[in-house]
Amino acid sequence: MNFEWQVISNNFFFLMGGLVTTLELALIAIAGGLVLGTLVGMGRLSKLKSIYYPSTLFVNLMRTQPLILVIFWFYFLMPLILGRPIGGFTSAVIAFTVFEASYFAEIIRAGIQSISKGQIDAAYSTGFTYWQAMRYFIIPQALKNMMPSLITQAVVVFQDTSLAYVIGLREFLRSANVVDAREMRSVELYLFVGLVYFIVCFSMSRVCKKLELKKENA
Amino acid sequence: MLNYDFKWSILWSDPYGGWILEGVATTVKLGILCCIFAMLLGIIIGTFRITQFKPLRIFAEAYTEFFRDIPLLVQLFFWYFAVPSLLPEGMRTWVYQEIPDFEFWIVVVGLSLYSSSRVAEQIRAGINSISPDQFNAALSTGFSHYQAYRYVIIPLAVRLVLPPLTTEILTIFKNTALAMTVGVLETTFMSQQVEAYTFHGLEATTAACVIYMIITLIVVGVMGWIEKLLAVPGLIIRKGADS
Repeated sequence: MNFEWQVISNNFFFLMGGLVTTLELALIAIAGGLVLGTLVGMGRLSKLKSIYYPSTLFVNLMRTQPLILVIFWFYFLMPLILGRPIGGFTSAVIAFTVFEASYFAEIIRAGIQSISKGQIDAAYSTGFTYWQAMRYFIIPQALKNMMPSLITQAVVVFQDTSLAYVIGLREFLRSANVVDAREMRSVELYLFVGLVYFIVCFSMSRVCKKLELKKENA
Repeated sequence: MLNYDFKWSILWSDPYGGWILEGVATTVKLGILCCIFAMLLGIIIGTFRITQFKPLRIFAEAYTEFFRDIPLLVQLFFWYFAVPSLLPEGMRTWVYQEIPDFEFWIVVVGLSLYSSSRVAEQIRAGINSISPDQFNAALSTGFSHYQAYRYVIIPLAVRLVLPPLTTEILTIFKNTALAMTVGVLETTFMSQQVEAYTFHGLEATTAACVIYMIITLIVVGVMGWIEKLLAVPGLIIRKGADS
């Protein structure tokens, strides 16, 4: 069997188009998941039962589900709620945001718990409200403490976006798949896709390790 | 909003209910096989990562990085589409057509390799978290190296890694859903097939969600039971493990 690497260069722009979609999806999902996850993470520590139970239920429910199923579920549910069809991209964004929020929430919760109670008391005693204390004292520190875990999770989200394949969204993997169906060069294409994913994820995990070392030395 | 005619009865009507149950059987079979292989491989790679012998350590580290940094779906496609196309023409047709349940076994291979790298990380972390004092204490009471491992380190390590291994087992069961992309008839695939035949995708997908939830609860229950079975009274083993 001979390799024909031209298949990559011939379809380079098509493949890169897929990679851009993947990156867009990942960035929106990370941003959305982080915001929603922070709120849910705070909810998980709430003393109000009406907030604590729904957020706990949400996190535990999501974590029992395969992502692929959540993607399908929103794909079927969203048109019903909105009363009109929405595109694959929008429904994938919603599914990823909601799903990853449950994972971010647990990281944020651990981050908030890692901050000593004295800090919160200090914030309150200077007259801060709950939201102000969270906004200016707790959350920034929690995010900083949890940076390595958050980056790891961001890498996971980036990898997870490949699952948008199942609803026909033309992201990186799907575009390789499309080219493969036409050119029948599976080995080259999937090696290329794997390599690109590997480079991105590996360099991110190096960054993560550096941050962790810095934290230990600090 | 929501002017949708829910028809839950679809789930227990013939043949759709049967399809979903068949799917569950495949999911369970796939999950159990992958768990066994991932554990065996993971324990081997995990011990490689902490040996004194450098080549083995480097191999194990490369192995874990390699499988962890590529999405599982890409790996499955690689095993399913790319590897057979490396074979000569005649053999390729034979592989796709003659091997019974070819997709199923491809997923067993792909998912086991992927999961083993994650299990290996947990094993390594578990053994590393046992302080060397334990080992020295065992040696100073006259244990040989072998005995120290057999009676002190391994029993501690097993109990330490059980909670994170539970998480990994759950991940394996959830990841079996990806098998649908290469055409294994498991729960998610079947729920989408019901959708294709009846257009009641929401009901079918919700049913699949409930099934995965039940599988999760069963795994958590079984692992909890094993943990309790192995628990040493008065020994707080989980100290610091969950922070």
